[in-house]
Amino acid sequence: MTFDVRQGEFFGLLGPNGAGKTTLINIIAGLTRASAGSVAVLGADVVADYRRARRTLGVVPQELVFDPFFTVRETLRFQSGYFGLRANDAWIDEVMHHLDLDAKADANMRSLSGGMKRRVLVAQALVHKPAVIVLDEPTAGVDVELRQGLWQFVRRLNRDGHTIVLTTHYLEEAEEHCQRIAMLKAGRVVALDTTQNLLANFAGPHPADLEDVFLRLMRKH
Amino acid sequence: MTGFATLFYKELLRFWKVGFQTVGGPVLSALLYLVIFAQALGSHVRVFEGVPYTAFLVPGLVMMSVLQNAFANSSSSLIQSKITGNLVFVLLSPLSHLEFFAAYVLASMARGLGVGLGVLAVTAWFVDLSFVAPLWALAFALLGSALLGVLGLLAGLWAEKFDQIAAFQSFLILPLTMLSGVFYSIHSLPPGWQKVSHLNPFFYMIDGFRYGFFGASDIAPAASLAVVAVSLAIVSALALRLLKQGYKIRT
Repeated sequence: MTFDVRQGEFFGLLGPNGAGKTTLINIIAGLTRASAGSVAVLGADVVADYRRARRTLGVVPQELVFDPFFTVRETLRFQSGYFGLRANDAWIDEVMHHLDLDAKADANMRSLSGGMKRRVLVAQALVHKPAVIVLDEPTAGVDVELRQGLWQFVRRLNRDGHTIVLTTHYLEEAEEHCQRIAMLKAGRVVALDTTQNLLANFAGPHPADLEDVFLRLMRKH
Repeated sequence: MTGFATLFYKELLRFWKVGFQTVGGPVLSALLYLVIFAQALGSHVRVFEGVPYTAFLVPGLVMMSVLQNAFANSSSSLIQSKITGNLVFVLLSPLSHLEFFAAYVLASMARGLGVGLGVLAVTAWFVDLSFVAPLWALAFALLGSALLGVLGLLAGLWAEKFDQIAAFQSFLILPLTMLSGVFYSIHSLPPGWQKVSHLNPFFYMIDGFRYGFFGASDIAPAASLAVVAVSLAIVSALALRLLKQGYKIRT
């Protein structure tokens, strides 16, 4: 597959399970080596120039992972430090505030609910103010309140110039937020266009939503 | 530099937060060894001329604790991070394989040396220790803890389950340390077993470390130090290569 994500856009990567969305994200993030081809983030090759590529990238992993030894604040300070930022507490506080984590700042990660852990994952991806934010199913299994808060914050980041790449199985979220969408199936891009064009070009006899478009495209390919 | 320093500090904090288990436990174990062996054998065994058995035992116990805990730190930290998945936070960062290596190995050295100092402080109450050549002792403690820290890193990279680390510890590290001359001088062994002992790299670390206390050893300390340094160079080169490849941590 070959495609570009434009700087500053809100881009969706959609596809059924096994389409290759997470593999693609892992290749971008340097967690998986591509057997062929190349990926660059803001001009930095993710293998040859991995340090620059990773500095510009914030990834929210799909799995709910955490380090049980540390508090929320420690977790965020460490993540910030890995990216070379030492005195970053003002931004860490701001991120925690936007994700409604202030009250849990000194709580151990083990004591947090699933939704709270998800918020910390998002915060970890943002501590170094990355230009490109990759959200791999960020709202899987989280309550409505977090979803709304999260989308508000992500939209604000997008308005501030951050590029957002989103994968989700909630197609209404992609329809609401993404300016352009790539639909993947079995490791190939089967459609890539603006959300409006996808809705207009693949509309059926009834008023179409993205779910109709998705199902139509997946059956067709 | 900040990235490396942060990972190093995180690794230090990780074991310090459970210090009762990671530092207190090993110190108590070493003390029990000393009490039991000194009581059972103390008046019957002479290893070096003019050195009581209890005094002979202490440097061995200190070094054994240094080595075992340096190994335990990097291996347990890495396997825990791999299995729980939180290693991803380090892998997503711009840290190089060299920074990763240095942070894990230095933190392992810190735990090993910390436990060693604890054992020394506690056991020093029971024996009169001399420090004939403290710089030799320091050199062996530093290189030995680094070697075991790197071995722990290799074990953590290779293992996919906790029981593989436990097997590594039970079937390799523990026998090699126990049979390295912690409790005896290899000169008290039959000639065949003496030769076998020379194949055990842990023997050189214990023997050289003990030289720092008594100025007496089974092997010349410079030769032992060379064996340890070459071993460290070999395992470090292997670990750095595997980390660069992302062996079992990047797919």
